[in-house]
Amino acid sequence: MDLASLPLLSLVVFIPLVAAVILLFVGRAYETLMRTIALVSMLLDLAASAAAYYFFDASSAAMQLTEYHVWVPTWGISYKLGIDGISLFLVLLTGLLGPIVILASWEDIKYRVKEFLISLLALQTGMMGVFVSLDLFLFYVFWEVMLIPMYLLIGVWGNPARKLYAAIKFVLYTVVGSLLMLVAILALYLMAGSASGEYTFDLLKLYDFPVPIYAQLWMFLAFFLAFAIKVPMFPFHTWLPDAHTEAPTVGSVVLAAVLLKMGTYGFIRFAIPLFPNAAIDSTWWIMVLALIGIIYGAWVAMVQVDVKRLVAFSSVSHLGFVMLGMFAFNVRGVEGSILQMINHGLSTGALFLIVGIIYERRHTRLIEDYGGISKVMPIFAVFFMIFTLSSIGLPGLNGFVGEFLILLGTFEVYPWFAVLAATGVIFAAVYMLWMFQRVMFGELTNPKNVGLKDLSYREIVVLAPLVVFVVWIGVYPDTFLKPMEPSVKQFLKQVEVKKAAVLDQENGKKLSALDLAAQSHSRRAVNDR
Amino acid sequence: MFDLVWLIPLFPLIGFFLNAVFGREWPEKVNGWVGSLSVGASFVVACLILKELLAVDPASRSVEKVVYTWMVSGNLNVPVGFLMDPLGMVMMMVVSGVGFIIHVYSIGYMHGEVGYRRYFCYLNLFVFSMLILVSANNFLLMFVGWEGVGLCSYLLIGYYYEKKSAADAGKKAFVVNRVGDFGFMLGMFLLFVTFGTFNYTEIFAAAPKQLVQGGILVTGITLLLFVGATGKSAQIPLYTWLPDAMEGPTPVSALIHAATMVTAGVYMVARCSILFAMAPISLYTVAVIGGATALYAATIGVTQFDIKRVLAYSTISQLGYMFMACGVGAFASGIFHLMTHAFFKALLFMAAGSVMHAMAGELDMRKMGGLRRQLPWTHWTYIFGTLAIAGIFPFAGFFSKDEILFYAFEKHLGFWIWGAVAAIVTSFYMFRSVFMTFWGESRVDAHTAHHLHESPPIMVAPLVVLAVLSLVGGLVGIPIIPHWHVFGDFLAPVFAPAKSIIDAGAHGGHHSLALELGLMGISLGIAVVGFFLARWMYITNPSAPDEVIKEFKGLHTLVYNKYWIDELYDFLFVNSIVRFSRFLWKYFDDAVIDGIVNGLAALVREWGSGLRRFQTGLIRDYALSVLLGVLAVIGYLVFR
Repeated sequence: MDLASLPLLSLVVFIPLVAAVILLFVGRAYETLMRTIALVSMLLDLAASAAAYYFFDASSAAMQLTEYHVWVPTWGISYKLGIDGISLFLVLLTGLLGPIVILASWEDIKYRVKEFLISLLALQTGMMGVFVSLDLFLFYVFWEVMLIPMYLLIGVWGNPARKLYAAIKFVLYTVVGSLLMLVAILALYLMAGSASGEYTFDLLKLYDFPVPIYAQLWMFLAFFLAFAIKVPMFPFHTWLPDAHTEAPTVGSVVLAAVLLKMGTYGFIRFAIPLFPNAAIDSTWWIMVLALIGIIYGAWVAMVQVDVKRLVAFSSVSHLGFVMLGMFAFNVRGVEGSILQMINHGLSTGALFLIVGIIYERRHTRLIEDYGGISKVMPIFAVFFMIFTLSSIGLPGLNGFVGEFLILLGTFEVYPWFAVLAATGVIFAAVYMLWMFQRVMFGELTNPKNVGLKDLSYREIVVLAPLVVFVVWIGVYPDTFLKPMEPSVKQFLKQVEVKKAAVLDQENGKKLSALDLAAQSHSRRAVNDR
Repeated sequence: MFDLVWLIPLFPLIGFFLNAVFGREWPEKVNGWVGSLSVGASFVVACLILKELLAVDPASRSVEKVVYTWMVSGNLNVPVGFLMDPLGMVMMMVVSGVGFIIHVYSIGYMHGEVGYRRYFCYLNLFVFSMLILVSANNFLLMFVGWEGVGLCSYLLIGYYYEKKSAADAGKKAFVVNRVGDFGFMLGMFLLFVTFGTFNYTEIFAAAPKQLVQGGILVTGITLLLFVGATGKSAQIPLYTWLPDAMEGPTPVSALIHAATMVTAGVYMVARCSILFAMAPISLYTVAVIGGATALYAATIGVTQFDIKRVLAYSTISQLGYMFMACGVGAFASGIFHLMTHAFFKALLFMAAGSVMHAMAGELDMRKMGGLRRQLPWTHWTYIFGTLAIAGIFPFAGFFSKDEILFYAFEKHLGFWIWGAVAAIVTSFYMFRSVFMTFWGESRVDAHTAHHLHESPPIMVAPLVVLAVLSLVGGLVGIPIIPHWHVFGDFLAPVFAPAKSIIDAGAHGGHHSLALELGLMGISLGIAVVGFFLARWMYITNPSAPDEVIKEFKGLHTLVYNKYWIDELYDFLFVNSIVRFSRFLWKYFDDAVIDGIVNGLAALVREWGSGLRRFQTGLIRDYALSVLLGVLAVIGYLVFR
């Protein structure tokens, strides 16, 4: 059978779910077998996403590898999948992290292993689904489906003291946003349906529907809230430190690496192209929030005493950059923004793995409990250093390329925003290096740290692929930027065109209103005579 | 050969990988020689390319070679490409040549250290980054090297990471440099917005057409770039990291914090000479900051007792001279001084390292004295370095410093006086360090005295090579006689456009030979005055320093404590931001935002438990409410 004729994206989405179902029938005692099944399925999933990359035509801006099946014809709901240069790398990132998290949790999770693996696999399906859905309804289903396994991951395998608080906070925050989004989706569906006569949730068709300006603002705000909470943008970020801190290691990894990207991806795939006028009009305040996030996140990260919380707040800062670049609405800003999503996934995901590795050995997250770890764990120190530098945005590693494009893109349109955002680059160095110093350098003062074992082969295998990409993106970003470019240009053009169309439509209305007024005026004039 | 320019940075990178990946099992010597020879190979390639460049007609000595395209986004296209021109070649030669000598010295100096392999990895990585910095053909790639050397500096300052002071110093260096890089980055953004490219050749060719002479844009660009330079080259106000950087191993101080990395700012300003020439305000700023730093740092150098700190402040001061040279438009002289300084300052640091080697790591000059008997080679090479930096004829520093002072005089008498005063101070503190360390009575404690020994040949040989260079290095720049200033003539084409812009605005006027010789005489006199002053205070009259300190107690305390600038910065920037961040975390994030979030949740819960009273599950309660409802309806009907 020809590989190209396979429904690749469906495979990408559902391989993990199939494995989850298989796991249901495996006896609880066979832990290693279950882990192996999960690992193999994740590797298959990665292979499927790699195949998707292989068949992806980098020179085209169109949706590719599309699959279409009617699902609920009466309501215009369809099963429609496809990827373009924007979602391609998010799918690959998710695919890459799948096997990594299974491997990373190999010795960490010893309790309810079966349920744990099933949750991770279901989560993978949900995440992949969000990135490849081209039907609003289907998207919403995956969006909500994803919540449940994440809730369980935090609530069941989290840190006993506060796991329930964190899990509930995470779910409530997200649900509040997504319910409003659901309302907006339905409103859009009805509005577009009544205008065109075709009731459909098909995203590509809805792209072409010019939403009247008065409705755009409200719908955009509803989408904004859902996505801004997920990103998270200041001031909707307070679920993040709690969820990250209390989640088990791999929970934090998936949360940071992939889940946060759903918010930023949501903006670029849904909120902005559907409601371009409202989005562009909102540029200034969204940029202000992004900017506050960058600096505020960095400052608060600096004074944290808990390593995981520190990394969590650093995410607030990094995601601020992503939002900033996206709302610059130019090629460099948006490309930098997308690349930075990937970069953040790699380096922050890796940092959570790093923290997890020492947490597993010492069962503490407090910075003050460490110190001098370099001495006992030299290999670990090398990996930690690389990811720290990647997070700081050192040229030659991935973070720099993204941040630089974002700042340059922003500078071209709003120089002062870029100037202020660039200070975030200074603070990033401060909080990361200070933390690194307190954990890794200095003398080994705490006797509990003396006998720590350096990385095992399994742990090296977990971290090494991330290093490869961290360096690859830094040294040869073309691999990633080139397939993005057509889609990004298309995105920008689409926003422009649709914005103009809506404005034309509004002007048309005004004109016809003016016509009416003029007519009635002349009629009255006639009557007067 | 031009096509192989990428080999120059590549060799040290290979050395880095060999040691990092395979070096774990190798004996120490192999690690050291792999590291050293990889840099030596770069030097050989650089020599060959220089030879080929010299064969080209002077006017067209600017060759570009693109290896691959690094970053493309829209019309942004940044290649990994190299530029071979006289300025770049001088820098590549200095970096790889002096770098090689210091690597060899390190083989002996670092002998027996725990992190021996790690040290050579970092050092190779540093040379790689530094070579990228000076050989890049565009600003962004230069920035890669720029940050790369910052990283290696961070890693090497914090080499003894178990010492808190070392780890702190490394972090401080990185962060302060980042402040400078912030300016550099904004300068680059402005360049890109203006020119649509980062390529040097394109920008410098377009600049005179696209920018207004003395306009606000070019002034802004150059001032921002200069902010970057003040960070990397430790000028006021961002110099505070360099003295602390002495926590690193001494060869690191020699290589990174004297000979190469700290001169990157000077290189950058010289590279952008056209832009600076178009912005007189920026040029003036560069000259003033450079001059001020030269004198300011020199005064601190007088009061320090730690031999490496004396040299560190001396480095800051000498870098100030180089900036002053650029600021008065004498870019070639700045680069000339950069080269001679690389020779004699690396020599001084390594000689100081040799002293430390003999003294079991002791740095305090008050505990030295009389070492010339046990360390003859170190002593003589240190003297050579001192004579060069003080500007004694015919040592290298004489020519380069004199040239700077001459151009400063031409520009404005004030700059010359400023520089001349700094020169006296320099000569004084350098001879002071010679006398305190090597001459007079021995103050070494008995235990250490027993172990005093001259360093092994592998350390002495590099000292001798650099001592020779400190002696003859200036002869490539002999003034007055036409065509004897080989160095200046070689660099001239690079700075010709800038020179023509500056000269166009100047009053012209040709200086007389007598003036030139007279100034030369004065500089020489200045150096000699410094020598006698130091000799009088530290040899003939050993109680004098204490008396002077007693006499000017307040002033001495101020200068000895480095004018309390570190404390001021801590107070203004570090502590206030940390305190404010704590406030934000505790009182905004936790109290306000989470207060609202949890408050809303609590409100809903309260409301829910209030409503719960109506859901008791008891029939009679429901009957009661039915009754109340009926009554209400009846009431409505009755009183309607």
